[in-house]
Amino acid sequence: MFSRDRWKEIFDTISKNKLRTFLSGFTVALGIFIFIILFGLGNGLKNTFQEFFLDDASNAIFLYPGKTSKPYKGFKAKRRIEFKNDDLLDIKENFPLFIEHLTPRITRSALTSYKNESNSYSTRAVAPGHQFVEKTILMKGRYINQLDIKEKKKSAVIGRLVAKDLFKGEEAVGKYINVGSTAFKVIGVFQDDGGDNEERNIYIPYTTRQLIEKSNDKVDQIVLTYKKELGHAGALALEKSLKKFLKDKKAIAPDDPNGIYFRNLTDDLKQTQQFAVVLQLIVSIVGLGTLIAGIIGISNIMVFVVKERTKELGIRKALGATPSSVIQMILQESIFITTISGYLGLFLGIIVLENIGLNLEEYFIKNPFIDSGTAITATIVLIIFGGIAGYVPAKRASSIKPIVALRDE
Amino acid sequence: MIQIKNLHKSYKMGSSSLHVLKGINFNIEEGELVAIMGSSGSGKSTLLNILGMLDVADKGDYILDNVPIKDLNETKAAKYRNKFLGFVFQSFNLINYKTALENVSLPLYYQGVARKERQELALDYLERVGLKEWSTHLPSELSGGQKQRVAIARAMASKPKVLLADEPTGALDSKTSYEVMDLIQKINEEGKTILVVTHEKDIAQMCKRIVKLKDGVIIEDNKIKQILASSYV
Repeated sequence: MFSRDRWKEIFDTISKNKLRTFLSGFTVALGIFIFIILFGLGNGLKNTFQEFFLDDASNAIFLYPGKTSKPYKGFKAKRRIEFKNDDLLDIKENFPLFIEHLTPRITRSALTSYKNESNSYSTRAVAPGHQFVEKTILMKGRYINQLDIKEKKKSAVIGRLVAKDLFKGEEAVGKYINVGSTAFKVIGVFQDDGGDNEERNIYIPYTTRQLIEKSNDKVDQIVLTYKKELGHAGALALEKSLKKFLKDKKAIAPDDPNGIYFRNLTDDLKQTQQFAVVLQLIVSIVGLGTLIAGIIGISNIMVFVVKERTKELGIRKALGATPSSVIQMILQESIFITTISGYLGLFLGIIVLENIGLNLEEYFIKNPFIDSGTAITATIVLIIFGGIAGYVPAKRASSIKPIVALRDE
Repeated sequence: MIQIKNLHKSYKMGSSSLHVLKGINFNIEEGELVAIMGSSGSGKSTLLNILGMLDVADKGDYILDNVPIKDLNETKAAKYRNKFLGFVFQSFNLINYKTALENVSLPLYYQGVARKERQELALDYLERVGLKEWSTHLPSELSGGQKQRVAIARAMASKPKVLLADEPTGALDSKTSYEVMDLIQKINEEGKTILVVTHEKDIAQMCKRIVKLKDGVIIEDNKIKQILASSYV
């Protein structure tokens, strides 16, 4: 295997049979190239899909107050339900084992201005846990913290696009903006994978919002995330007991569908996950199919190559080549060619993938990639099968009697 | 050098079998130049293939340079071929993508001779057949006679005990044939044992002994007075 003489002989053969070398090398390189492109594009499709459906935390439950539709415990129907700060505390105290983050959300819209720039943005008054519920990514500064809540500070975390609109590239953190008629200090800038609209929001402490609105303690909405270990069934059970607890507390008839609304993402999550599995399956099948096509291609070439060389092998045998040296020669040659061209195809594929990646977002393919493990495994698989594909005809050729191989056509 | 006793060979042709060699007996001494003659189907090529270990006899003994040749597997046969025998074929059988020099050095490669030495030896043999200045040419750039001379040089390069030539002049015109035979005679004069299979009378007359085969048996085996090919050239 490592004899310099044999390598010399192989390089000689390779360089003097350029068409044959090119054909087998091209097949392997093409196989790997197409595999990487298709697999990468499939991954890109998966990325788009995940971005579409997995923007918010997938383990979130949204609670909205509504109007009762049934009289209960002496209350009339059509009573408006409101959430208050103590509802937050009660939920926190009663379900500590199941809940990960809990936050109110009070949404208002207000004209916001900095110096001469102004625009209307929605402000969301929230608790620190909201960052995890919405999967907000901080670019600069910090998010709202407990101190902001406690001291009802006029702190604002603004979206990337808000900063872009108002500050025009100027440093935003530390500056003051007017939200409605109140001045807030910008403490952070965030981005969000949920799209442009999400990045036109402003987050402020909910206690500050309540202070501005005549020191009330009303909460528009409650959002919480449950612990992921609960799973689908656990999430449904939590929803059920939360419903019961709140209906009990707010004196809503147990069978009243309208007093409180729940939006539980666990069903969405389950569907999304199933869809993701199907998508993954499709990507895998496409990849596997390409790989098999590549293997068949290299096998055909190897059979052809050995067939073409039958006479040469007969001559070599008449001159004293042993069967094992014939097999070794063919194998070493084919593995050498497939390895070189396999890695060539690999790098070409990755380079192309990286360069087309940015231009395909409008076709629902985002950031196509292939992890190096898969790519290298595929290349090695192709090399191994190329070797096997070469071995079978080589073995046969080596056992053909030289007299048969040398017979004139 | 070669002893053959009661050699039989038959080929299966579907259900029937064709008895090609029906008990061949002969001995060849070192330094002989033997022509094996016979019409097609007489078994002369089969005999040569068995002598060349390219084929195996069904029955009988074959002793080459005091080594009994039997129970050959492919690997052993390849080693014996490499050590004992040099082949010259009618259709030359040069490897078309290798130069004359590389073709000649190929048997040395399989003998495990180092590269540099291999090339020196090969060039030496090419010089002996008068093709030193053609050493870098591919077979496609050589004439038929030149190709056969390269093939002879290749057969000689491994220093075989016996040179086996299967219709070495079959694809050549008569002038070139005589040149090749001249070369073969010269090699024989240096002491090499040579067997030539041919159906051409004038070629056979250039050997020292003629063995005639017919229907798988030897019908004639005579020592003759050799005609020198150089007298024609």
